[in-house]
Amino acid sequence: MNTDAIIKVENVEKHFKGGEIKALDGANLEINKGEVVVIVGPSGSGKSTLLRCLNLLEVPTGGRILFNGTDITDSKVDINIHRQKMGMVFQHFNLFPNMTILRNMTIAPMKLLKKSKEEAEKKALGLLERVGLADRANAYPSQLSGGQKQRIAITRALCMDPEVMLFDEPTSALDPEMVGEVLDVMKQLALEGMTMAVVTHEMGFAREVGTKVIFMDEGRIIEENTPEEFFTNPQSPRLKDFLSKVL
Amino acid sequence: MVLLPLSAGEWFADVKKDFIQSFIEDDRWKLFVEGLGITLEVTALSLVMGLAIGVVVAIIRSTYDQQHESMRGAGKVLLKIFNTISNIYLTVIRGTPAMVQLLIMYFVIFASSRNTIMVAVLTFGINSGAYVAEIFRSGIMAVDRGQMEAGRSLGFGYVRTMQYIVIPQAFKNVLPALGNELITLFKETSIVAMIGLRDLTKAAINVQSVTYQAFMPFIGIAVIYLLVVLILTRLLGVLERRLRTGEH
Repeated sequence: MNTDAIIKVENVEKHFKGGEIKALDGANLEINKGEVVVIVGPSGSGKSTLLRCLNLLEVPTGGRILFNGTDITDSKVDINIHRQKMGMVFQHFNLFPNMTILRNMTIAPMKLLKKSKEEAEKKALGLLERVGLADRANAYPSQLSGGQKQRIAITRALCMDPEVMLFDEPTSALDPEMVGEVLDVMKQLALEGMTMAVVTHEMGFAREVGTKVIFMDEGRIIEENTPEEFFTNPQSPRLKDFLSKVL
Repeated sequence: MVLLPLSAGEWFADVKKDFIQSFIEDDRWKLFVEGLGITLEVTALSLVMGLAIGVVVAIIRSTYDQQHESMRGAGKVLLKIFNTISNIYLTVIRGTPAMVQLLIMYFVIFASSRNTIMVAVLTFGINSGAYVAEIFRSGIMAVDRGQMEAGRSLGFGYVRTMQYIVIPQAFKNVLPALGNELITLFKETSIVAMIGLRDLTKAAINVQSVTYQAFMPFIGIAVIYLLVVLILTRLLGVLERRLRTGEH
């Protein structure tokens, strides 16, 4: 076993209605430290389901998921502890609308990591500075644009000092002119060595930032390769067909 | 009191006499003040009890609706039992008149107790709890699923996500409906006169039975009830605006 693997997915299945619908049908995947794994595929291919299985927002019906060597699908494992180490960014941001930006970012570190208010706010403000939103600390989510909200959502996850960041179509709900600002933040994060798993339709991002690109279809991982090979030399006909439509 | 065919002067004189008889003589106004105090006391205590029951039942029901498929073991069985109890409670309480519940409480369940305030508070607390539960449940269900997922993904457990993230938003969603329930509860307590509790309504009944004048006591308490409702409405409006600060 590769000791560098932060997340190891073994034969993970997600079946509904007693196996009639197979959202995930035996997926295997390793995510190593510092890797940026980009998952692409047509809609309904199971890529979001796979990503959401990684932190058990979706509970797999079969297989195992190892996080730092611990099988988190084991019901005896306290998933909440492990989730603190896995930041997640959603398509629809999911900021808490009744809290200020600062509160959004500090509530989890204060309640879960028992950080003092000063300490949590210092970290949050530092992160806000980095994404260029320091002046919005006391605003409410409804006062921000979609791109700003998503940048805040990323920093909110970073406030917990995660070991890995999961992105579930982070730019799909954004106006086109706001996609860039969010991808820039993600790119920056990747450059700093953050381990990331990203479900996206942004092929440019996959090619430029990804260290590994995965193609999924009908609940299975069809192809897994370096971005270079993935885009210039696709193997399976289904990937060729997919790339011809999206590129 | 007969309105016609008296002249205007005679009518006013009559009203004045009725007023004095109903409120001033023998310090009868004190009966109304004490009655209002009892009405407010029963309302306030029932409200607290109703909110407590309502929130718990709402959480049980919405947790069951959203979570029971992904749960396993003893927790699932326990949740199912609590959910069934909650459903029976809601069905029985919402399916029978409050007056009948009050009579059962007083004459059957607490037949040996003459503590009418306690009986009234228990009746209205349990009654109101059923309505609050359904109001609150709708508020919890109206909070976007993504809020729960965001809380869980940060590492909060189900209960803590509910506590810090979902419930505060749900509370804000349902505040107008809860205010409505409070006003209904306040007015509904007038039936405690049935079990002899000397609330505002009972004060009017007692005064009328002594003076044989119905107009002043009953119109009087109607005005008092209305004034209190207006004040409550105002206060709720202020609270609602406060909670909305910064949002939308």
